[in-house]
Amino acid sequence: MNQLQNRTRILVLLVAVLLLGAVGTGAVLYAADRTARRDQAQPGGPAVSPGHVTLQTPSGGRQLVFRNMAWGPHRDELTAVPADHADGPRTASGVHCLRFYAAGGTGICLQAEHGALEDTYRAVVLDDHLKEKRSFPAAGIPTRSRVSPSGHLAAWTVFVSGDSYAGTNFSTRTSIVDVRDWNLRDNLETFDIIKDGRPYQAHDINIWGVTFADDNTFYATLATGGQTHLVRGDLAARTLTTLHDNVECPSLSPDGTRIAYKKRVPGLSADAPWRLYVLDLATMTETATAEQRNIDDQAVWTDTGTLLYALPGDYGADLWTVPADGSGTARRVTQAAVAPAYVG
Amino acid sequence: MYVADSRSSKAPVAPATAPGRRGAALRAAVPGAVVALGTVSLVTDISSEMVSAVLPLYLLTGLGLSPLGFGLLDGIQNGFSALVRLAGGHLADRRGADGAARHKAVAAVGYGLSALCKPLLLFAHTVPLIGAVIAVDRTGKGLRTAPRDAMISLATEPEHRGRAFGVHRAMDTAGALLGPLTAFLVLRLAGGPLLADGGERHGYDAVFTVSACIAALGVLVLLLFVPNRLGSDETSTSTPSLRDGIRLLRLPGLRRLTLCAVLLGLTTVSDSFLYLLVQRQLGLATNLFPLLPLGTAAAFLLLAVPLGALADRIGRRRLFLAGHAVLLLAYGLLLSPLRGLPAVLCVLVLHGSFYAATDGVLAAAAADAVPADQRGAGLALVGTGQALARFACSLLFGALWSAIGGADALAWSAGALALCVVGAAVVLREPTREVPS
Repeated sequence: MNQLQNRTRILVLLVAVLLLGAVGTGAVLYAADRTARRDQAQPGGPAVSPGHVTLQTPSGGRQLVFRNMAWGPHRDELTAVPADHADGPRTASGVHCLRFYAAGGTGICLQAEHGALEDTYRAVVLDDHLKEKRSFPAAGIPTRSRVSPSGHLAAWTVFVSGDSYAGTNFSTRTSIVDVRDWNLRDNLETFDIIKDGRPYQAHDINIWGVTFADDNTFYATLATGGQTHLVRGDLAARTLTTLHDNVECPSLSPDGTRIAYKKRVPGLSADAPWRLYVLDLATMTETATAEQRNIDDQAVWTDTGTLLYALPGDYGADLWTVPADGSGTARRVTQAAVAPAYVG
Repeated sequence: MYVADSRSSKAPVAPATAPGRRGAALRAAVPGAVVALGTVSLVTDISSEMVSAVLPLYLLTGLGLSPLGFGLLDGIQNGFSALVRLAGGHLADRRGADGAARHKAVAAVGYGLSALCKPLLLFAHTVPLIGAVIAVDRTGKGLRTAPRDAMISLATEPEHRGRAFGVHRAMDTAGALLGPLTAFLVLRLAGGPLLADGGERHGYDAVFTVSACIAALGVLVLLLFVPNRLGSDETSTSTPSLRDGIRLLRLPGLRRLTLCAVLLGLTTVSDSFLYLLVQRQLGLATNLFPLLPLGTAAAFLLLAVPLGALADRIGRRRLFLAGHAVLLLAYGLLLSPLRGLPAVLCVLVLHGSFYAATDGVLAAAAADAVPADQRGAGLALVGTGQALARFACSLLFGALWSAIGGADALAWSAGALALCVVGAAVVLREPTREVPS
């Protein structure tokens, strides 16, 4: 190689720069084109039209509100469909959310704000007409959100950079705000933890996936020492008490007796470790649902004793339902949707 | 955390033919081969840091791998990479048919392996497959580090090695700074969201493709512009055996230096822990957290050349010790009652100065202590000792943090570091006979 003349080397380098530059440019243009196509509606996709979405009981009856993921101009907007006709035409609100939940006329919307080099995130409390009441900076990528049945409390979980025991870059942070006085509990990790009946302290604690019982009591997942636990939280007393092991992303049933959750089932592959289970809080018995696939979502209860949850689909995610008592089979409710909440 | 990784193991060596004509003084001190190797490092670092910057997000949001799982994977593979470095150093010292050492060939294999991994990321869609690709990438990184540093030392007159390594490390760090910027620029141009939310992976595919192109360019610069044979590397028929590699530790200078590097490595808190402590102790806003490594890298970049030149004047081992004293100052500042942005900046400048005063300087000092025909293995020995010691320190520090909290763990580390600096000063005080290159 050293015999090559300088001019030859420079020439070879120049040609390589041009070729590789063309490949790189092509890759970026191709990706940009694929991204742009997502703003055009796909044939066969759900019909989406702009309209008014409200969190009050609408005249048309109970509704399901979720983030619309179908390609087209209303992608990533909150849309509403009739609860009993979830596959029907969608009404788009114009409000963009990555994660969403609503109850009692209050909505919580986790949004991304695209900066020049970095995305930032915020948690926005919405009134019953989806107008912003107040927003809070969120320290990372949104993952879970919930509102208490009264609409008085809102909770959210984000992935945080640099809050980790193992020296890695990720962990979670969970916050709860009272929308009546805007009292913010920014980090539930500062609550007193009672594990197996005794006060517990550790530096590797992570908390995520709040679900509310009322305006003081909630449930969530606490992880420490490589193990996850279901905890019951007391907002006034600032305590978290462990109840049960191996529970992630709990969701409390409307009557407060059962918890739907992701269980890490032994023997499954490391990249698809969870199955959907239901825990009876009185007896602590676990029931496997008929959903046989890996699930990574905080399920929502319908008022008929079934669970609603997202699974990966052609447009990112689809909504599925399965009975909570272990019977029946899983059934797809609608395509291209995520983060659902029943309204009214 | 890419800051530490990037400096311990990057590019190969460049020849005297390519760039650098910036005044007689600098030219005398910095051979073209070093500038070429620095260029390879810079280009390769842009490529690899592009991937490093988006990989955690990609794994987390695209594939659902937990943070903890990612950290474990990363730690194990970095330890493995340090061991591969020994093999790379030894293999590179062996003679080819023409009697020349094979530093360039081994480095080219190392860079080539890592370059091949980038397009493979386009097709690896499961966590085990991605883990395997990253393992091959780290193997390449381990292989190329020692021959690259050996080539830098062989291309440079002994009295200018501090500065030569400084130039290389500065270029290396420049690549580490540009990589994440390039990655986010590509994601932005591709129009997709920064996270793979909604299952979109086109933006990430564009990042991996561009990274592959840049990596290929790095390998090409190595092949075209780094000479096959370097100044002081003379033709020899004796090929060092594995036993010769072990006998290296009989060289008193190298033994002492390795001992000190290990001792000090055991008390060097890893970058990620240090940044966590900066955030918690000094009260930094969470959204500024990702900027902390940039602060360290910027200080490293600016100070690598002047401190390398200073090492040539006052002694490399002396500056190496002084660098650790600077790190001790940073620990002290973290434990002090000072708070706020000025304190954060001071810690980062001290942290970057620590790297500038120790990273390339250690390689330069080690080169003084090893004969030319075993330069690769000798440098690998010191570097691997230091890397494994730091790995052990991470595990210990993590455990200590869990047990007594971050601030107390740092206080203990500071005490241990102070002791080790004093100990190392005693060990290094005796003048080492310099081995003629």
